[in-house]
Amino acid sequence: MLERIGVGSVADLYSDVPDEFRYKGEYDLPSAMSEQEVRDHIEALGRKNVQLKVFVGQGAYDHYVPSVIPYITSRSEFLTSYTPYQSEISQGTLRYIFEWQSMVCRLTGMDVSNACMYDGPTAAAEALRMCVASTRKRNKVVMSTRLLPHVQQVVRTYMKYPGIELVAVDDVLAELGPDVAGVLVPSVGKHGGIQDLTGFADKIHEAGALMAVYCDLSTLAVLRTPAEWGADIAVGDGQSLGLPLNYGGPYVGFMACLKDHMRKLPGRIVGQTVDKDGKRCFVLTLQAREQHIRREKATSNICSNESLMALWCTVYLSLMGPEGLRKVNELSSAGAHYLHDRLMATGKFEDFMATRTYLNEFCLKPLCDVAKLQKALLDGGYFAALQLEDGTVTFCVTEKHGKAEIDGLVKIVEEL
Amino acid sequence: MKYYDKLIFELSHPGRSGFSLPNCFEGAGADTQQTRATLGTVRGGTVSCANGGAERSEAVCGCLIPQHLKRESVLDLPEVSEVDVVRHYTNLSQMNFGVDTGFYPLGSCTMKYNPKINEEMAAHPLFTGLHPLQPAETVKGAQEVIDDLDHALAAITGFKHFTFLPCAGAHGELTGLMLIREYHMARGDSARTKVIVPDSAHGTNPASAAVCGLEIVVVKSRPDGLIDVEDLKPLLGPDVAGIMMTNPNTLGLFEKDIKEIAKLVHGCGGLLYYDGANMNALLGAVRPGDMGFDVLHLNLHKTFSTPHGGGGPGSGPVGVAESLLPYLGIPKVSGFHGNFGVMMRAYAYILMLGRENVKNAGPYAVLAANYIKESLKDAYKLPIPTVCKHEFVYDGLINDGGHDDVPGATTLDIAKRLLDYGFHAPTIYFPLLFHQALMVEPTETESKETLDAFIDVMHKIAEEAAKDPEILHGAPHDTPISRPDETTAARNPIVKA
Repeated sequence: MLERIGVGSVADLYSDVPDEFRYKGEYDLPSAMSEQEVRDHIEALGRKNVQLKVFVGQGAYDHYVPSVIPYITSRSEFLTSYTPYQSEISQGTLRYIFEWQSMVCRLTGMDVSNACMYDGPTAAAEALRMCVASTRKRNKVVMSTRLLPHVQQVVRTYMKYPGIELVAVDDVLAELGPDVAGVLVPSVGKHGGIQDLTGFADKIHEAGALMAVYCDLSTLAVLRTPAEWGADIAVGDGQSLGLPLNYGGPYVGFMACLKDHMRKLPGRIVGQTVDKDGKRCFVLTLQAREQHIRREKATSNICSNESLMALWCTVYLSLMGPEGLRKVNELSSAGAHYLHDRLMATGKFEDFMATRTYLNEFCLKPLCDVAKLQKALLDGGYFAALQLEDGTVTFCVTEKHGKAEIDGLVKIVEEL
Repeated sequence: MKYYDKLIFELSHPGRSGFSLPNCFEGAGADTQQTRATLGTVRGGTVSCANGGAERSEAVCGCLIPQHLKRESVLDLPEVSEVDVVRHYTNLSQMNFGVDTGFYPLGSCTMKYNPKINEEMAAHPLFTGLHPLQPAETVKGAQEVIDDLDHALAAITGFKHFTFLPCAGAHGELTGLMLIREYHMARGDSARTKVIVPDSAHGTNPASAAVCGLEIVVVKSRPDGLIDVEDLKPLLGPDVAGIMMTNPNTLGLFEKDIKEIAKLVHGCGGLLYYDGANMNALLGAVRPGDMGFDVLHLNLHKTFSTPHGGGGPGSGPVGVAESLLPYLGIPKVSGFHGNFGVMMRAYAYILMLGRENVKNAGPYAVLAANYIKESLKDAYKLPIPTVCKHEFVYDGLINDGGHDDVPGATTLDIAKRLLDYGFHAPTIYFPLLFHQALMVEPTETESKETLDAFIDVMHKIAEEAAKDPEILHGAPHDTPISRPDETTAARNPIVKA
């Protein structure tokens, strides 16, 4: 090979690199391991983690994972392919993205979905950027402080650098004005409460702004959809569709909107067409929005997304169907309300929310020492009662947790 | 690969489903096995879930949601059995080409082999069940993975520390630019709103700068493909936040004037950003931190062998030099800790190679690229003949069968014909400096036999173009579909079923 190239050594291939930049040291890395050693090493690290029964949500929900999903997503043809630039040999990827877009539209009621975003919080930030791009000469956005804390943090970061004015308040409608481009509200608040968005869309649209709703896709099987609330944009995380907790990622963000805003949507979009012979096929489309064509004029800088995680969720939704998804919500909700009752009966909490209008997540005002409570729960193998900034503690129940596990949690609280 | 025409919705059959949910509320203290028995599920076929418990839970959920907060429209998701789902997605997968299918010389994407031990480690049950908000004392193992990876990447790049929040390369670029802005803002230097981007840069560079609220100034390349230092000089001033560079650049060329460029940019008060998309070339050879760069992102899904997954998940950790260390924790660019599962894969990759072998990845990748480049220059235009790094660019065929500036066979034709021969195409029509750009990146994980097979096919395609370009115009012929009508797709978008 060197002969063909016409050099004497591999080192000569770096002859264009000034000598002062040639790295002559040894990387400070461990010595090469065999597969078995890697397994043993990771296993040993894993044993330093504490395996807990998870009763906290806050944007990451411990739902049951059907065994079919990892089996499908680990198929090499999906796993080891790149973004589907060569559509003739990427119909598998393109089809599942098209199915995912369709499912996101059916869940949210929106007209068009993109291929996916990094996660819910970044999708939320991109939604507000999209509002600014879609409305003329408006540079202010409003977000509800009822959004999950991690969503608010990422939105703050994204708005800061391009100088988009951001107001974070509880009463978002009071902030409407001629300079407001968009309003972001959750469909379920950080305390777990299902939000009543009646009248929001009318007021926001009257003020000339766009309405974006942050929602959990799983819950849309039972809750009023962003489209039914009159929203222009729906965003959120797909994690609750059977993605493992995975210490926070990879998850998958989604983003969908009404048809009018389609050409302002960031990210990849798959469309249906026909090939030369008239066969139905799928391609990346509307690429004039994207960075590889438009560079600095693109709707976003997003390139790689979380495609395989979108496949994960698509397979999950196929397995669940409308019935399964409804049952996931019902079982989780039944467990959460049962836990709520039992915790109140211990006398160690006060109700914080005015009504019990929540699904699988709720907050209580602790009447006991929170640090002691959390430690007792951890010692008993539970991750629960995470404290929010306002001092309340949050609980979440999914269909994974049986009555026995819930009773075990309550017993620890009772014995406190 | 065979054509399969179904969408999952078209397999739907009312009443069919593929789920198996526990019934957590049937019977106090019932163990999992008992509840499964109660549920009476039939795996792999239709599932009947009707029982008292589920109905009761529905009642609980149903009556607690006021009517006006409930979904009104019917949820039209597919109703299919487990076997329907498995067959459908297996069929879809068989219309896909991955690194595990064959050679994937997609330039700037570093499609190296993805070792399977990485997958096994990423799916390790002692890690996958961790909630991102769990207390620190319960996630010590996960934190050690991140710390070890931080240390390894610092050793390889010559930077101090990394943030792992960015989920992809472009996300890393954005984060890095935010850090540059924090640096200037902390010094009261708020007028620095411009960022210099070479004309050969990846499209994400200017797009990331725009998202970060920066104005883009383009610096030209010289005919030899390197940044024109003379063109750069007048662009520098007190309004420059920094420069974004890819080194080696997208033509696969090492920017050998980097020392002077660094001196000039630092001299005007700007910082240097390193786009790590092409870092694979420098493994074992050069540390970006030693060249004067202040901040960089890496693509773990390129250089560190984690699979691309059809477009993600990736991971784009951002490393900084000492001067930017105080700002590293400021930009909160993703929800939790970044894509931990991807970090675990990269960590396993580095452990497997170890200090003895990580250093060989770059030189072997560069060897493979130069070998192909020299082997095909008799048939393909090589606009820049000098030694390349991990990738290089041809500008179409020398004898393309056309005449008078009208090509007989274009780069698109060549790319499509390659698919017939069982190879993925190189990156095409990028960088924008050449009209018929074909950007080839073979990576270090391909054998000489594979490279030779690719070279043979590329020669064969050159012969076809000269003799009978129609074969190329009609290509691909042996793929599940022929060339799609992209114009209609964009003009009348059908984006959902």
